[in-house]
Amino acid sequence: MLENLLNAHVIEVLIDAFPRLLGYFLRVSIPLTVLSFLLALAISVVVALVQYAQVPVLRQLCRFYIWVVRGTPLLVQLYLVFYGLPSLGVVLNAFPCAVLVFGFNEGAYMAESMRGALEAVPRGQLEAGECVGLSWLQVMWHVVLPQAFRIAFPALSNSLISMVKGTSLAATITVMEMFRQAQVINGRVYESLGLYSEVALIYLLFCTLLTFLQRRGERRLNRFGGVK
Amino acid sequence: MMDDIILKAEGVRKSFDGREVLRGIDLEVARGDVVAILGPSGSGKTTFLRCLNFLERADGGTLRFDGDLYDLSRATRADAAAVRRRTAFVFQNYNLFLNKTVLQNVTLGLTTARRLPRDEARERAVRALEKVGMADRLDSYPSQLSGGQQQRVAIARGLAAEPEILFFDEPTSALDPELIGEVLAVMRTLAEEGRTMLVVTHEMAFARGVSSRVLFMENGAVLESGPSREFFENPKTERSRAFVEGLGAR
Repeated sequence: MLENLLNAHVIEVLIDAFPRLLGYFLRVSIPLTVLSFLLALAISVVVALVQYAQVPVLRQLCRFYIWVVRGTPLLVQLYLVFYGLPSLGVVLNAFPCAVLVFGFNEGAYMAESMRGALEAVPRGQLEAGECVGLSWLQVMWHVVLPQAFRIAFPALSNSLISMVKGTSLAATITVMEMFRQAQVINGRVYESLGLYSEVALIYLLFCTLLTFLQRRGERRLNRFGGVK
Repeated sequence: MMDDIILKAEGVRKSFDGREVLRGIDLEVARGDVVAILGPSGSGKTTFLRCLNFLERADGGTLRFDGDLYDLSRATRADAAAVRRRTAFVFQNYNLFLNKTVLQNVTLGLTTARRLPRDEARERAVRALEKVGMADRLDSYPSQLSGGQQQRVAIARGLAAEPEILFFDEPTSALDPELIGEVLAVMRTLAEEGRTMLVVTHEMAFARGVSSRVLFMENGAVLESGPSREFFENPKTERSRAFVEGLGAR
């Protein structure tokens, strides 16, 4: 069995494929992750703040958004937006479509992480901020959000890591990222086991790096944040 | 000078879930007064103080502050901001900004809310921190300080805003006994400088020695109000006498 995986021919195929796979990972998968994550982060902060401040109407809208997005599969959302919306005249290119769907999808989960974190910041922080004359938004920006961010950091890291791997789903809506590239190569060389293992390994290595960075980030935030 | 009334609250009422915690509190504070608000736990002292700074919305009552009149139950955000700009509030739990250094804790309000230039804010902050003996810890975070040190920084944060009046909500109640002294010492200095202070406290020695007036509350009502010497030497009601004597026994 091991011979099937590791004979000279297979190794040559894998070595051949590696720079191309890595290239697509760096040029497409990572930018897709970064853009989607930034979008998700922005969405999550706004949605969490709206709920924290109990803004009428908007708050219900946010609950609705979270309910729908968390209750439907990511793959279905991708298909709906990319293949479904054109019937309504909304045609998006594959890459921006993927960014939108990933951003809004993960944004719903991250919004819940952020909301929980906001609520975990002691109420007195907000009161003290208002007592020194800051407006609500100023207290949020300078005092509460930074502390909430520290609290939400592990959960947000989770989301980022999950998103890195989630980008492989973009292959299904024609985005040429690493996984789709592996499929293309596989169509030519017919080496599923080796190629997909290689792809898995690249994801694994990158996520290992992220885990390492998360730990360093937490230590750094602890040092400067002073939150016990 | 004694007639220079800076703060006058009338008929302050507040209920929580139908339970009346303030049943119409009146208070007059003259410039330079140090008013100790005393009374057993649950008498509404803290709630009253918080209503005056709009941290709690009163159900009724008026506040005349520094020439402006506010309807406490209908005050707007702008009203609250206007009062807070001229007052400082010191919390029981200090409530220093946990993500800011000592210096940033004091300057944040100055640069962000008052739009002071950075170096002027810093100068003012350092002066305030010197006054409370914390100028050597500018770059420390709150979690690296003792409770007493945190509370002194919190007082400096209030002072730097150059408020007309300082509110203290049980400023020493969360402190270990050996740390209470350093905070009280700072407060005593402020009183001697003639600052107007409103202090909810259980520190009787402080109330007796430092405050000029006493407001004695029980069950959400004022039982006695007057010069503190009179209150401690010759309490007018039976309840306040029992309160003062109970303290003596302790």
